[in-house]
Amino acid sequence: MSEARAQASRVGQRNRDWYIDKAVEIIVFIGGISAIIFIVGIFVFITKEGLGFLADTFDFKEFFFSPNWRPTSEANPTYGILALMAGTASVTGLAMLVAIPFSLGAAIYVAEFATGKTREALKVLVELLAAIPSVVWGFIGLSIMNPLIIDLFNVPIGLTVLNAGIILGLMAAPIMTSIAEDALKAVPDRYREAAEAMGATRWQVIFKVVLPAAKNGLLGAVLLGVGRGFGETMAVLMATGHAINIPTSVFDSVRALTATIAAELGETANGSDHYQALFTIGIFLFIITFLINLSADLIVRGVRKG
Amino acid sequence: MFDATELNQKNERVEKLFRAGFGLMTVMLIIPVLIILTTLVVKGGSVVNFDFLFQSPTNGMTAGGIFPALLGTVWLVLVALLISVPLGVAAAVYLSEYAPENWFTRVINLAIINLAGVPSIVHALFGVGAFVLFFGFGTSILAASLTLAIMTLPLIIVATRESLQAVPYAFREACWNMGATRWQTIRRVVLPNAISGILTGVILEVSRTSGETAPIMFTGAAFFLPLLPQSVFDQTMALSLHLFVVSTQVPDMPEAVPYGVALVLICLVLLMNSLSIALRVYLRGRKKW
Amino acid sequence: MSADPKLEIRDLSIRYGDHVALEGVSLDVRENEIFGIIGPANAGKTSFLKSLNRMDMFNPAMKVGGEIRFNGEETRNWANVYELRRRIGVVFPLPVGLPMTVYDNVALAPRLAGVKNKAELDATVQRCLERAALWDEVKDRLDSLGSLLSGGQQQRLTIARALSQDPELLMLDEFSIAVDPVTTMRIEDVLKELKEEVTIILVTNLVQQARRLADRTAFFLEGQCVEIGDTEDFFTGEVADPRTRDYVEGRFG
Repeated sequence: MSEARAQASRVGQRNRDWYIDKAVEIIVFIGGISAIIFIVGIFVFITKEGLGFLADTFDFKEFFFSPNWRPTSEANPTYGILALMAGTASVTGLAMLVAIPFSLGAAIYVAEFATGKTREALKVLVELLAAIPSVVWGFIGLSIMNPLIIDLFNVPIGLTVLNAGIILGLMAAPIMTSIAEDALKAVPDRYREAAEAMGATRWQVIFKVVLPAAKNGLLGAVLLGVGRGFGETMAVLMATGHAINIPTSVFDSVRALTATIAAELGETANGSDHYQALFTIGIFLFIITFLINLSADLIVRGVRKG
Repeated sequence: MFDATELNQKNERVEKLFRAGFGLMTVMLIIPVLIILTTLVVKGGSVVNFDFLFQSPTNGMTAGGIFPALLGTVWLVLVALLISVPLGVAAAVYLSEYAPENWFTRVINLAIINLAGVPSIVHALFGVGAFVLFFGFGTSILAASLTLAIMTLPLIIVATRESLQAVPYAFREACWNMGATRWQTIRRVVLPNAISGILTGVILEVSRTSGETAPIMFTGAAFFLPLLPQSVFDQTMALSLHLFVVSTQVPDMPEAVPYGVALVLICLVLLMNSLSIALRVYLRGRKKW
Repeated sequence: MSADPKLEIRDLSIRYGDHVALEGVSLDVRENEIFGIIGPANAGKTSFLKSLNRMDMFNPAMKVGGEIRFNGEETRNWANVYELRRRIGVVFPLPVGLPMTVYDNVALAPRLAGVKNKAELDATVQRCLERAALWDEVKDRLDSLGSLLSGGQQQRLTIARALSQDPELLMLDEFSIAVDPVTTMRIEDVLKELKEEVTIILVTNLVQQARRLADRTAFFLEGQCVEIGDTEDFFTGEVADPRTRDYVEGRFG
C-alpha cells in the first residue's frame, strides 16, 4: 500500500501549497515589520525636510530659550519656541489637573463599585466619549465654551488656557479612564479578598491595597494622557486663542507647538527657513512623544512582570 | 460589642460616601458631553436635512450643503481602508501566528505603540515629506489616505491580533496534524473564526479615520473645491476639515451651519462606533465552541 | 506483511530547553500492528507522538535528536513536511471538533489535499464517519457545528477526521479520557477493524485497554522506554524489568 504511493519519489518534492505557505510567510513578515519601517520613515522624512534649518539657521539657545516666534519677519526672523512650549505645557498641565482626578475616580467606580449592566453601560459610554473627533472638541471650545467663559468670568476673550485645558481634559479623560480601569482590574482578586478577610472596609481595600498595587498601570495611564494632550492639534488650535504668549493666568490666550505647525505650514514656501523650522518643531514633538510612550510602555509592562 | 456596631455604621457611611463620590466623578465625566451633544442637536438640527447632505455649498460656503465634504470623507476613508486593512491584518497575522518570542518581535510591538502615539500633526508632516513631495503624489486623496492609513494602522493591528488570539490553539494544532500548512490553517480555521472580530476593528477604524483633521490638512484635503474629485490623484474636501473651515475661516457664517456640520460628523463617528460595539457584544454572546 | 518495519526509531531524545522529556528511545513499529504505549503521566508519551509527525516544527523550544525513519526514510528528509503529516493521522486526548460543520470537519483533509469533486467528498465523509461509528448519529445534521457536538461525538469526529487523511499510520493519544465507556468500546472495535489497513500507535493510560487491543506494547517511564514486548507477555508476568510488572499490576502510576 505505501509502496503504491511511490513515497520515495516524493520525499524530496515540494508542492504548490508549500510554496504558497512560504510566500505568505514572507508577505505577513513584511506586514509585521511595516510598523518599524513607518516609525523610522516618519523620523527620516521629517528630519529630511527640517535638515536645512537644523544645519544653517538653527540656534539651540534661540530655539529653546527665546519666546519670540517671528518666522515671517522680513528684517530679522526669529525662531524661538519657548512661548509655544509654555502654551503646550500650560494647556496640557491644566488638562491633566482636570482629567487625572475625574478619570481615576471614574476608573475606580467602574472597576470597583459598578456591577453588571451599569458597568457595561459605563464602559461603552467611556468608549464613545473617546471617539469624539478632536475637530469637534475644537469647535465646542470655540462655539460653546468661549461665550460661556466670557459670561462666567467676565473676561474679554474665552479662547484661553482655561478653555483648551478643559477641552483637552475632557478629551483625554476617557482614554485615561479605560487604561486606568484595566490597571485596576489587573490587580488579582486574592489581594482584595485577603485584605477583606483581615477586616478592611471597601474603601480601605481600594486605598491601601488596590491603588498601590496598580500604581504603575495608573502612572502609565497618566503618561499616555500627557502624550495625548501634548500631541493634540485641532482642539488646541481652535480653543487657545492662538496668541504667542507665555501665560501668567488661565485667562491668557496661548499657542501650542502642534497648533503652530497646523496654522502655518499651509502658508510657507517648500524649503524656506520657516517651512523647515516647522518640521524641526515636528522632530521635537516626535522625540518627546516617543519618549513619553516608551516610558509609559516600560512602566506598564513593569507591572505585568511583577 | 456596642462599639463594634458603631464602627460598622461609621464604616458603612464612609463607604457610601466614597461610592457616591466616585459615582459623581463618573457622571461629571459624562454630563458635559451630554450637554454638548444636546447643544449640537438643538443648534445644528434645524439645518440638517436632505438638501444639506446632498447639495454643494454656495455663497462662499455660507449656504447650500456639505455633499462634496461628505463624499470626500468617504473617498479618504475607503482608500485608507484599502491600504491599512490588508497591511494591518498581515501584520497581526505575523505577530499572532508566526512571530517568535524574541527581541525583534518586542521592537515591532514597541513600534506599533509608538505609531499610535505620534501626534497627528507629525503624521501630517510625514505625509507631506514622504507622499506629497518624495513620492510625488502631490496633495491628493492618495497622499492623505496613505497618511491616515499609517496613522490608524495600530488600531487595526491590535484589533485583529486580539481576535486571532481568541481562536483556541487546539484548533491550529488539529489542523497542523492533518498536514495543513500554516497558511492553510490560517485561511480555513483561524481567519474564518476571527473575521467578525476583525470587522469590529475595521468599523472602529472608519470612525477614527473620518474624524481626523490634522493629517489631511496639508496632504490632500482642501478648504473649498468647485468640482468633485475624479481620481485618487485629485484633492478633495472632507467633513472634518469642513467643520474647521466653516467655524474659523469663513466670515459672516450663519451660526447654524457649523453646528450642523459638527452634528453630521459626530453622528457619523458615533454611529460607526456604536455599530462596532454592538457587533462585539453580539459576538461575545454567540457560542461557537 | 512486509518485513521492513513501518517506523524505525533509533536513540530518540526530546528536550524542552533544559528539561529532558525523552532519552535514548529505540523501537520499531511493524506494518499493520497496533503498537501500545503505556506509562504514567510525564513519561514522555505525548512528546514521543509529537516528534513522529514533526510537530516540533511549531514549538521552537522542542528539540528532537536521533533518527525517525518512516517507511525506511528519515522524516527530516521530507522537503514537504506537510505531505508527511498527511500520512500520519493523530487523535488527541481531548476531542477537538473544529468550529465548522460536521461535513467540513471530515472533508477538510481531502480538500487540503486538493480534492474538489463533490461526489468524492461526499463518499469520503460518509465512509469515514461510518468507520468512526458516528454516521448514524450525525447523518441528518451534517451541517451543524462540529465544535458543538457532545464530547464523545467530538472524539469520534476527530477519529473520522484523522481517517479522512487516508493515513498509513494512526496515532491515538489517550483517546478515551473524554469519552464514556460505551463509546470507548465502540471505538476499540473500530480500531480492531482498522488495523487491517493502517498501522496504529495507541498511547493509553488504561493498562487493560492496551491488553485488549495492542499486539505489542512499550512501557515508558520518566522519559525512558523501559521495555518493549508482546502485550501478552506483559500480563503473564514475562517481563524483564520489575518496574514494568509493578506498573501493569497497578502498584504505581
